[in-house]
Amino acid sequence: MVPSVAVLLLWMIVPLVMTVWFSFQRYNLLDPSVGGFAGFDNYAYLVTDPDFWVSLRNTMVLLASVLVITVGLGTLLAVLFDQDFPGRGIARVLAISPFFVMPTVAALIWKNLMMHPIYGVFGAIAHGFGFEPIDWFAEYPMASVILIVSWEWLPFALLILLTAVQSLDHEQREAARMDSAGVVAQFFFITLPHLSRAISVVIMIETIFLLTVFAEIFVTTSGGPGNATTNLAFLIYARALLQFDVGGASAGGVVAILLANVVAFFLVRSIARRLEV
Amino acid sequence: MATLTLRGLRKSYGAVEAIKGIDLDVEDREFVVFVGPSGCGKSTLLRMIAGLEAITAGDLTIDGKRVNDVGPADRGLAMVFQSYALYPHMTVRQNMGFALRLARVPRAERDRKVEAAAAILQLGPYLDRTPKELSGGQRQRVAIGRSIVRNPKVFLFDEPLSNLDAALRGQMRIELARLHEELQATMIYVTHDQVEAMTMADKIVVLQAGRVEQVGTPLQLYHHPANLFVGGFIGSPRMNMLPGRIASSDAAGVTVELASGVRLKVPVEPGAAQPGDAVTLGIRPEALMARTDGELAGEVQLVERLGGLTLLHVGHGADLPLIVQTDGADASRARTPIRLAVDAAACHLFAANGITLPHLVTHRLVA
Repeated sequence: MVPSVAVLLLWMIVPLVMTVWFSFQRYNLLDPSVGGFAGFDNYAYLVTDPDFWVSLRNTMVLLASVLVITVGLGTLLAVLFDQDFPGRGIARVLAISPFFVMPTVAALIWKNLMMHPIYGVFGAIAHGFGFEPIDWFAEYPMASVILIVSWEWLPFALLILLTAVQSLDHEQREAARMDSAGVVAQFFFITLPHLSRAISVVIMIETIFLLTVFAEIFVTTSGGPGNATTNLAFLIYARALLQFDVGGASAGGVVAILLANVVAFFLVRSIARRLEV
Repeated sequence: MATLTLRGLRKSYGAVEAIKGIDLDVEDREFVVFVGPSGCGKSTLLRMIAGLEAITAGDLTIDGKRVNDVGPADRGLAMVFQSYALYPHMTVRQNMGFALRLARVPRAERDRKVEAAAAILQLGPYLDRTPKELSGGQRQRVAIGRSIVRNPKVFLFDEPLSNLDAALRGQMRIELARLHEELQATMIYVTHDQVEAMTMADKIVVLQAGRVEQVGTPLQLYHHPANLFVGGFIGSPRMNMLPGRIASSDAAGVTVELASGVRLKVPVEPGAAQPGDAVTLGIRPEALMARTDGELAGEVQLVERLGGLTLLHVGHGADLPLIVQTDGADASRARTPIRLAVDAAACHLFAANGITLPHLVTHRLVA
């Protein structure tokens, strides 16, 4: 076991230590003349940068919105797709297929095919009804990114929740019917509690990925307009590869690690309690 | 007060007819058991009564009111499911009070009813546990408690004991009988276990392939089966069936000649049966006795010793071996010849169409 643990440890510890190390260095790719130990300068610069706080807020807004949309809609769709109706198999495949589109492509499709005010489907529809098309990425940049990311992650939530709904003992639902529970009461008292574990799993897994959303933002808005869609991941990218400030980017990276750990700590704790049955 | 009547009840799934017209009356406070082999439609029939399956044709009335189109919640019935179907995330108290909670019964009254039901079922100490912390028998009792709390007109049980081990099943059987006594309720109970049917029922309904084969008290079914199917289904070990022909008949009974040439006089009415007609002779395992002057000759093939009882499997010619029930002290050994005496008065004769030739004398325990 020792060799494998050693490899894993190196794998994890080397990038981590290097990030921490760089975050305390003066290190700019454009200016080799500056260098040396920076102390907490990089951090001080980071936390006094208004962009940083905006990016933190954007990260959390994106995370929370996508979670609410995917889990909420996913639960409703899961219950819907559990019912018997003609063409259910095809409908399921269609509902799940967005998950297989890579983020870059998904974002490009939405940007150019759907939301573009001139060429996009939404624009055409708006025209058809005599309205002025909306320039989505200019007027509602964050909502647009949330829409795209939700579209990508809804199938995942649906898939997990659908299998969970299907595992619900049908006699339990019948017992509830005998107990005079209507459709709504059955959903809240029987189905939803049964799904709670699956919902926890969806939230945990999605959180891990949603904290680091990058491609969708890079392809559509590049963090703009201004800093309206800059999340932490994009901010770090901008620091490192647009401003070439490796030190500052590393400081941002350390903050991202801390953020992920804080979130993970609470999530894992609350979910682990749910899973130990 | 709760009486149930079923008139021409039918259920079809597309072209397949699962229930083919059932007429039945369930009296107030009666314990009715539906019994039959797998796939006979007994659970479907129960679910139709419960309202979980739509009725294709016919009338179902409860207390004189037609309830075909009334939802399961409004028929005033409660059902205990085979899997218990307890709500896993609720405590025993919440499980039992769920229907009352949905009916917006005040908390104090709800608690009082739940505790009253828990007292009947000895569930008091477990009220704040969740189902997964209970044993199988306790879960079963919670499922029953959930029905009691609703104070239904009729209790429906769908094979409630089949997930329990044998010892617990015996205990729960007694408990259910006691409960029936105590609650003075009408109960309909589905099972494939004939011990449950025989011991608990006031009235047994034997079903096969979506039809009622016979309705009667347990001993009526045992001593006066209406047909070959009921004769073979009720009773364990099974009734021995021997093919034969009617040799003659008179006022004292019908004489039947078996394939081996042995003649037996069975005290039944011949009805339309003529000498020469093919019949089936049904002999219960306890109506056969090992005796040196017995009419039937055979060879012991297998000896099953149950302690108090011994079952002998006796080969005789081409037919299936005869099963003979003797007492535990019987010393017979396998692969030895044996002669068997037949208690002809306890035998049954079935005509070629399967219908029983009625006995001349009704069994003294059958009213």
